[in-house]
Amino acid sequence: MNLWDFPVYLLQHKLQSGEISSVEIVRAFRERISQVEGKVKAFITLDEEGALREAARVDQEGGYTGLAGIPYGLKDLICTRGMKTTCASRMLEDFIPVYDAFVVAKLRETRALLMGKTNLDEFAMGSSTEQSAFFPTRNPWALDRVPGGSSGGSAAAVSAREVPFCLGTDTGGSIRQPAAYCGVVGLKPTYGRVSRRGVVPYASSLDQVGVLAQNVRDCALVFSIIAGHDPGDTTCVNVPVPDFVSALDEGVKGIKIAYPREYFALGVDEEIKAAVMKSLKKLEELGAIVEEVSLPHSEYALPAYYLLAPAEASANLARFDGVRYGYRDLEADNVIDMFAQTRGTAFGAEVKRRIMLGTYALSSGYYDAYYLKALKVRRLISSDFDKVFASYDLIVTPTTPTPPFIIGAHVEDPITLYMNDILTVPVNMAGLPAMSIPCGLTRGLPLGMQIIAKPFAESLIMQAAYAFEQNTEYHSMKPELEV
Amino acid sequence: MVLNIKEVEHVAGLARLTLKPEEKKEMVARLSSILNYVDKLNELDTDKVEPLTHILPVNNVFREDKTEPGMDRELLMSSTDMKEDGQYKVPKIM
Repeated sequence: MNLWDFPVYLLQHKLQSGEISSVEIVRAFRERISQVEGKVKAFITLDEEGALREAARVDQEGGYTGLAGIPYGLKDLICTRGMKTTCASRMLEDFIPVYDAFVVAKLRETRALLMGKTNLDEFAMGSSTEQSAFFPTRNPWALDRVPGGSSGGSAAAVSAREVPFCLGTDTGGSIRQPAAYCGVVGLKPTYGRVSRRGVVPYASSLDQVGVLAQNVRDCALVFSIIAGHDPGDTTCVNVPVPDFVSALDEGVKGIKIAYPREYFALGVDEEIKAAVMKSLKKLEELGAIVEEVSLPHSEYALPAYYLLAPAEASANLARFDGVRYGYRDLEADNVIDMFAQTRGTAFGAEVKRRIMLGTYALSSGYYDAYYLKALKVRRLISSDFDKVFASYDLIVTPTTPTPPFIIGAHVEDPITLYMNDILTVPVNMAGLPAMSIPCGLTRGLPLGMQIIAKPFAESLIMQAAYAFEQNTEYHSMKPELEV
Repeated sequence: MVLNIKEVEHVAGLARLTLKPEEKKEMVARLSSILNYVDKLNELDTDKVEPLTHILPVNNVFREDKTEPGMDRELLMSSTDMKEDGQYKVPKIM
């Protein structure tokens, strides 16, 4: 086994026992990146040399606590002081932030080592990473397929063993769907659990920062570092952060798990249904109580999302006007034309589409019919979950309706592409925590199972996911990238 | 089509977005198909449903009313060259 194959918790053990140094770890991942990055294209920016310098410092200081000496990647819409943060957009192609996002500051504090910034759909708007203004990322399991999105670069980087973990963001499934497509674990925390300060916003009432890693234990370790209150983000809730790692061993005995029948319809592939049903059987064998329930408004989550998210995006992206940072059109002779031409030139097609849709849904005469209607439907979706969680601890569903698709397959058909998020979007609408974990393979492509809990019950998700992982082999499967 | 080219031009104006003629045509088709799709929401009777505006039971969040050092002005302005005397420079406004 190569050093780059080791998960975070084993790298930690090796550092703590003095068996290896952080510099050796970074060198190993640098070698791995040089072997596979040309094929996978997970990174927009790489800084192995910077990571190596930091590693030398960590080795000198010693005391490998927390994530000290462990390399990682960051979705490139999370601000990094002194390192380009492009959002995979021409608009921010050369933008270097002057401050760190809260989560980056947390990772610096624990002395984790930033290896680089990973690819995404422009401003996180997409489900395939094909909407990156720079290049598409490829799925390490099948290089002609998408890695999912929008955190596709992050999922692919972990899957290809280029870094042991990454942070991503999830607005409608952008961590869980690529995690499922790339055969890794992806956690989207409760809305308000992790600070969004310094994370370029897409839809502020839905966005949340989370973790992509090889396994559940690694996820818990990283999540422990980034979770918690930040007075600089008024939507970040001041609630206690439990010890996620020690809770892992508590098992699933007596835990009540519901599976909603609607999530096994909605155009879900037979192989995926079968894999998740088999996984539910496994959880039952391990002592969980498994029952079928109904979330009757599920099919309305996606159309409501495609009004609310663009509406919020149209307001959030108003900041990109060419004045304070980013691209500026220099031809225009008055300020309004400068704004419009800057935005018309530097935003990609999908970003423009969502700004237009959102502006329309918020415009005079259409606000009630579209935006307000979607907010009411959001209430119905949230109430569906409340009713089930009154009697159950967890909800288990497939993460995606299909396995990863061929690059270019849905480029001309946004609605088919949007359908990919049909099983993940309702969770964001209700602000709930959820995780995708690998639960099988079909035709050599990974499949994901989604575990959803009540607000702030991430511990319970990880406890169940860990019990499943300990009793199955899916998490140890990895792509065979020829080098 | 739910939308016509005039409406697309109006919305593009509101959004401060210059669109090329072919982009406008594409926008008419794509936005119309999305609006047809979201029309599905009208299957639901929501007359008595309260809109969900905040997912968290959090109201106004205030900090203590005392001054704290903010971020350095020069540093914040270092992301553009289009500036003069501590002000951002833009083309004429009037």
